[in-house]
Amino acid sequence: MTAMLNVKDLRAYYGQVQALHGLSFSLNEGSLTTLLGANGAGKTTTLRAICNMVRSTGAIEFDGQPLLGRSTENIVRLGIAHVPQGRGTFTSLTVEENLQLGAITRRDGAAIVSDIERMYEHFPVLKQRHTQQAGTLSGGEQQMLAVARALMLRPRLMLLDEPSFGLAPLVVRDLFKILGKINREDKVTILVVEQNAQLALELADQAYLIETGRIVMAGAAKDIANNEDVRKSYLGY
Amino acid sequence: MELFINQIVSGISTGAIYACIGLAIVMIYQAIDHLNFAQGEMATFSTFISWQLMQWGMPYWWAFVITIAFSFVGGIALERVLFRPLAKAPILTNVAGFIALFSIINSCSGLIWDFTIKQFPTPFGDAPFLGSQLISTHQAGMIGVTVLMLIGLYLFFTYTRIGLAMRAAAALPESARLVGINTSWMIALGWGMAAGIGSIAGILIAPVVFLEPNMMLGVLVYGFAAAVLGGLTSPLGAVVGGFLVGIVENLCGTYIPGAGNELKLPIALALIVCVLIVKPAGLLGRPIIKRV
Amino acid sequence: MSAAEEVVTEGQAVEAVPKRAMTLGTGTSLAVLVLLLAVPLFAKNFVVFQMTMLLIYGVAVLALNILTGGSGQFSLGQSAFYAIGAYCAAILIEQYNVNYALTIPIAGVLCFAVGFLFGQPALRLSGIYLALATFALAVAMPQLLKLNFLEPWTGGVQGQVVDKPDAPFGLPIGQDTWLYYFTLVITVAIYILSVNLLRSRSGRAMMSIRDNEIAASAMGVNVALYKTLAFGVSAGITGVAGALGAIAVQFVAPDSYTYALAIQLFLGMVVGGVGWLPGSFIGAAFIIFVPNIAESVSKGLSGAVFGVLLFLVIFLVPHGARQIAIASQQLAARFKR
Repeated sequence: MTAMLNVKDLRAYYGQVQALHGLSFSLNEGSLTTLLGANGAGKTTTLRAICNMVRSTGAIEFDGQPLLGRSTENIVRLGIAHVPQGRGTFTSLTVEENLQLGAITRRDGAAIVSDIERMYEHFPVLKQRHTQQAGTLSGGEQQMLAVARALMLRPRLMLLDEPSFGLAPLVVRDLFKILGKINREDKVTILVVEQNAQLALELADQAYLIETGRIVMAGAAKDIANNEDVRKSYLGY
Repeated sequence: MELFINQIVSGISTGAIYACIGLAIVMIYQAIDHLNFAQGEMATFSTFISWQLMQWGMPYWWAFVITIAFSFVGGIALERVLFRPLAKAPILTNVAGFIALFSIINSCSGLIWDFTIKQFPTPFGDAPFLGSQLISTHQAGMIGVTVLMLIGLYLFFTYTRIGLAMRAAAALPESARLVGINTSWMIALGWGMAAGIGSIAGILIAPVVFLEPNMMLGVLVYGFAAAVLGGLTSPLGAVVGGFLVGIVENLCGTYIPGAGNELKLPIALALIVCVLIVKPAGLLGRPIIKRV
Repeated sequence: MSAAEEVVTEGQAVEAVPKRAMTLGTGTSLAVLVLLLAVPLFAKNFVVFQMTMLLIYGVAVLALNILTGGSGQFSLGQSAFYAIGAYCAAILIEQYNVNYALTIPIAGVLCFAVGFLFGQPALRLSGIYLALATFALAVAMPQLLKLNFLEPWTGGVQGQVVDKPDAPFGLPIGQDTWLYYFTLVITVAIYILSVNLLRSRSGRAMMSIRDNEIAASAMGVNVALYKTLAFGVSAGITGVAGALGAIAVQFVAPDSYTYALAIQLFLGMVVGGVGWLPGSFIGAAFIIFVPNIAESVSKGLSGAVFGVLLFLVIFLVPHGARQIAIASQQLAARFKR
């Protein structure tokens, strides 16, 4: 299996403060990986570093192409979609405009229209509200919108930052089911950062554990879930 | 009563001037979150260019179109060369930059075309509009062009891809980058469009206030007032604000005793400040919530 | 156009200047003071006059520094307070025969009151809106000064002449020199008071408001009081500068105090380095001398030359003279090793 994303010795800085201390990991094509860790461990920073939203050194390769040094928008154009923390929805624009923005870099007009229809099939609630302003949607609906917007890019890799944040458990289960479906059927490689370790480990095939800017554990999700320490610290039993 | 209506209509036509500049100001504000003090000077310079083209024999509408194109490109160039490097500098530094630009353009206008007042032609003629004594055909033309611009902008922003991208970049630059939009170029585009709109405003105003390097100074203040009154986030608000400022200015001059010409400006400004205190986001702007 | 609300995460409008770096070291300050004291010994009358104006403008820029660099409120309207101070001094001296020295504190107190009052409605505005409102004040002031019914006091459009005072106690020094030392004493006093203000509890309260108003308020800082106080203090100091200016120039007229002055003071603050009190005087030097330089380079293009020089400063030292001071400090530290 080829490594789609290769991260080597990644160090990231917020001003003078160093948040990542030499992170290294890789993602295989078609995998669904989760990045776990406590608050402040550096999970969000990792995703931001991949998209060059934070000052970093090291090497990041996507399909063999180096990412460090490219602007965020150029990284996105390579096929990496990032659903940020807080979802980053354009609240003053309509649901449909948000979806159109997801595809703003694409030139194939007809395919964009049919993709929007597909999004409405994945997420029927969006179709109901498609002329409403995105800011009037509930938290769960906005999360669906954010994921749909990311999918409109037809990304090869999708990064999600704490998609379960602030959502009711049932909503999260639905969302994760959809993510799994997207990974299997649309062949989108997914890296999801989560604090909700249990659900994330059920969904993913691979997992990494970050503590204070370093990877401390790596392996198949099932194995990590069965690990004694992980169970005690992150799963509560 | 007739005097009152007269003043209102007259106010609307002077207001068209303020509405135009107000539009240009909102354009730039949407792109960069700052008020560009040099915009009046840029508009004056563009108007001089079109005057010069006509002096060289070019017909009015050709000069009009070429000037707009030149202003659009010039606005983008100014942003790329002078203000993109300042993108990460403190706000105050940017404001100092606008002031420096103001100074340079004003001085160059004076040097190239000197300070004597020049006549500027109007394609609309100066006859009474529809036979009435209220407004002239030129004033009607100004209002018409302003409304057309507004409609054009609305269509651009609502129905084109670039318009949508610009709206997104203005609303949430980080999210816009995450869908692949080059937000830096969206800012440059905003400058270009503002410069183009400003040039149209200048060309419309020049027949009325006569062309000279300091033509826009007073108008700029009213333009700011119009934009703020209408709400800095709303192009429609800028236009409505412009008309309102024109009307208020006229009514104050006519009805407040002792107010004559000198107090028109301070009174209008005082009223604007009052509106700001009561409704800081302006009449049509979105209310702004400050979050920690 | 839409009903949704716009959520703004308020970033810092004004950068924080670390408290330690707010002034020069004691050694440097004393050296500068000695130099300033020596000026009239070497320089001709006209240069002494220019230095007096430099101190006066420096004080005005310092006032703006307290307001913007200290409490984070923008003002493009300082020229209005300067004008009030100037006219206050002129009217008191010419029409009520008040001793010129007394007019200074009176102008200060009057302008403090006006500034404090203006600070009230200003509470509702911030950032660009406050800049605009203060700009409106600056634009309106000359018009207000030209009002017909005020003419018996203000002298209308033509303005009023002010007598220059002689040195007291029959001291054998010229008027210009005496005025220079008089101004210097007041300037030093204001500078020391300002430094102490910014280092005091009130100063910390103001700076906390500058850095994060919501957090400051949540910590019990009386935001409204400190913001209006900042306006008052800043206006008061500007009024003192205005009064001194009226006496130095020997003339007050409405068109001497237009928005152009407000913009110049603002530029002086930016060039000197926002929030860096010593920079106020470097900024004042910029706005006094650079237009002269520009004019000597090219008379017709003086505006353009001024603009280009300003851009050079902006690009090379965006944080103003403070940046140069810090750089030289670091350089000096390296030499010491």
